[in-house]
Amino acid sequence: MFQFLQLFFTGLTIGSSYALAALGFSIIYNASGVINFAQGEFIMLGGMIAAFLSLAGVPLPVAVIAAVVLVGLVGLLVEKLAIEPAGKTDATGIVIVTIGVSMILRGLVEVTLDKKNHALPAFSGTTPISVLGATILPQSLWVMATTAVVVIALAVFFGRTRWGKGMLATAHNRIAAQLVGIDTKRVLLASFGLSAALGATGGILLAPIATTSYDVGIMLGLKGVVAATLGGLGSGVGAVAGGVLLGLVEAFTAGYVSSAYKDAVPFVLVLVILVVRPRGLFGLGPATRV
Amino acid sequence: MTSLSFPNLLEPRSPMRFVPLAILVAVLATLPFVLPNVWYFDVAIRIAANITVVIALNLLIGHCGQISLGHAGFFGLGAYGSAILTSLYAWPPMLALAATAIVVGLLAWLVAVAILRLQGHYLAMATLGLGIIVSIVLTNESAFTGGPDGMSVPDFAVFGLRIAGEKAWYWVFAGLVVAAVVFATNIVESPAGRALRALHGSEIAARVVGIDTASFKTRVFALSAVVAAVMGSLSAHYMGFITPGVAGFSKSVELVTMVVVGGLASVWGSVFGAALLTLLPDVLAHLEGWETLAFGMILVATMIFLPRGIVPSLVAFFTKKEG
Repeated sequence: MFQFLQLFFTGLTIGSSYALAALGFSIIYNASGVINFAQGEFIMLGGMIAAFLSLAGVPLPVAVIAAVVLVGLVGLLVEKLAIEPAGKTDATGIVIVTIGVSMILRGLVEVTLDKKNHALPAFSGTTPISVLGATILPQSLWVMATTAVVVIALAVFFGRTRWGKGMLATAHNRIAAQLVGIDTKRVLLASFGLSAALGATGGILLAPIATTSYDVGIMLGLKGVVAATLGGLGSGVGAVAGGVLLGLVEAFTAGYVSSAYKDAVPFVLVLVILVVRPRGLFGLGPATRV
Repeated sequence: MTSLSFPNLLEPRSPMRFVPLAILVAVLATLPFVLPNVWYFDVAIRIAANITVVIALNLLIGHCGQISLGHAGFFGLGAYGSAILTSLYAWPPMLALAATAIVVGLLAWLVAVAILRLQGHYLAMATLGLGIIVSIVLTNESAFTGGPDGMSVPDFAVFGLRIAGEKAWYWVFAGLVVAAVVFATNIVESPAGRALRALHGSEIAARVVGIDTASFKTRVFALSAVVAAVMGSLSAHYMGFITPGVAGFSKSVELVTMVVVGGLASVWGSVFGAALLTLLPDVLAHLEGWETLAFGMILVATMIFLPRGIVPSLVAFFTKKEG
C-alpha cells in the first residue's frame, strides 16, 4: 500500500508536468493545426534559463518569473521568424520547420550555455512530507498546485475573456473567425507565446526534481505529444487527463513491472488508443473514417 | 504535376526522361575511379543507402500525404533481424534478410490497416510510437542485441559469393540506387502510378473515380517499410557492427527531412535531399558543437525560401525563366 501511494505521488508529479506540455501543444494545434515538435525545447529552455539565472545569483522567484517571460518571448520570435515566413509550405513542411526550430533552440543552448546537467534549488526546501506512510517532496506539491492553478487560469482565459474566446473561435473555424473580425494571425502568434510560457513553467517546476540539460526537451516534448493524443488532439481537458494518466501509468510500470521499459509505456499507450479510440479519451467529435 | 514540368528532362513521358538517369548511372560508374580512399567510399555507400530508403519514403509522404516518424525503426528491425538471425542462429544472410523483410512488411501492413482508416496526422503519431518502442526494445534486450553497446554482424554472402570491403559493397548499393530510381520514375506510368498521382492531386477526387485510397496508402506504407528493412539488413552486413542508434527517433527525423528538403513527390528531389543531408554532418563536423544549430538553420531556411523542396522549387524557377 505504501509503495502504491508512493508511486501514485510520483506519477501525479510527473503527470502534472506532462499535462502542462500537452496543454501547450494543444493550444498551438488548435490555433493552427500544427504539430509543434519544438514544444519540448520550450520546456528545456525554461529549466535551463532558470537554472543559469539562479546560478548567477539572481533570487529564485525572480529567476523563475524571468525564465517564463523570456521563453514566452522566444515562442513569439519562433512564430514571427520561422512559422509565419514558412506559410507557403503545406502541413508536412510546417512539421519540418518545427523540427528545425527545435534543433536551433537546442543548438543555441548547447553553444551559449553548456552541455552539463543542472538542478534548480527546490522552491521550499527538500524535507519530505510524510503522508499515510508514504513521503512526498515539497517540490511535488509545487508542481501539482501550479498545474492546478494554470489549468483554472486557462479555463477562465478561454471561457471568459475576449482573447481566449477569439482563440477558441479560430480553432473551430478560421475563416468564420476572420469574418467576425478576429485577427487570426495574432491568435497564432499569441498561441506560440502562451504555449512556450506554459512549457517553460513545466520545465522550471520539474528542474529541482529531475535535473535539466540541453537535450531533455526531445523526450519531454514527445511525451507531451503523446499525452495530447491520448486525451484527444486539441482538447484542453483531454490534455490534462492524458498527461496525468501518462505520468501514473509510467510510474506504476517503473515500480511494478520494469523501470527499463517505463519510457516505452507512453508509446505503447498511444498505439493502443489510436487503434481502439482514435479521437482520444476526450476528443471532440468522431475522427473521420475513410 | 506542374512541379515536374522542367522542359523534357523530368517529364514522365518525354523521350528525354532517360537523360538524368543516364547521368546518374555515369556518375555512379565513374565514382570508384576518382574516389581517393576508402573513407570516401564509405560516405558514398551511406548516401546510397539513404537515397534508396528516402525514395520509397517519398512515395508515402509525397504522394499519400502521410508522414512516417518511425522509419528508422523499420531500418533498425531489418538491421537487427539480419544480425541476430545470422550471428546467433547461423541463418544464411539472404534468408535472414528475406525473412526479416517479410516480418517488417507484415508489421507495417497491420499498423497501416488499423491507422490509415483515419484521416489526419495519426500515422505520424503511430509510427512515432512504433519507432521509439523498437529502439527501446533494441537497447534493453541485451541478451539478443548486445544492448546499448551494440553487436557485430557477420559478412554477407549469396550462393557462396562473399561480399566484403567498401569497394565491393559500393557496387551493391549503387545498383540498388539505380533500381530504386528506375522503379520510382516508372511507377508513375503504371496504373498504380496513376492512382498515386491522383492521390497526390486530390484524395477525394481519387476516391470518386474509384481508387481505394486507404488500401493504396496501406500498400505504399508497407512497401516503404520493407525497403527500409532491406536497406537496414544490407547496411548491417556492410558496417559489420550496429548499435540501437540506427533505429533512433533522430534517424527517423533525418529521413523525413531528406524527403521534404529534396522535394515532395520528386524522385530526383529524394536523390539530392539524401545526398546533401548525409554529407552535411560531415561538412559541419569541424564546427564543433555548432552542428545542431547549423543543421536546424539550414532546415528552416530551406522551408522558407524553397517551400516545395530543393528540386521542385529550382525546376519551377528555371522553367519560369525559359517560358
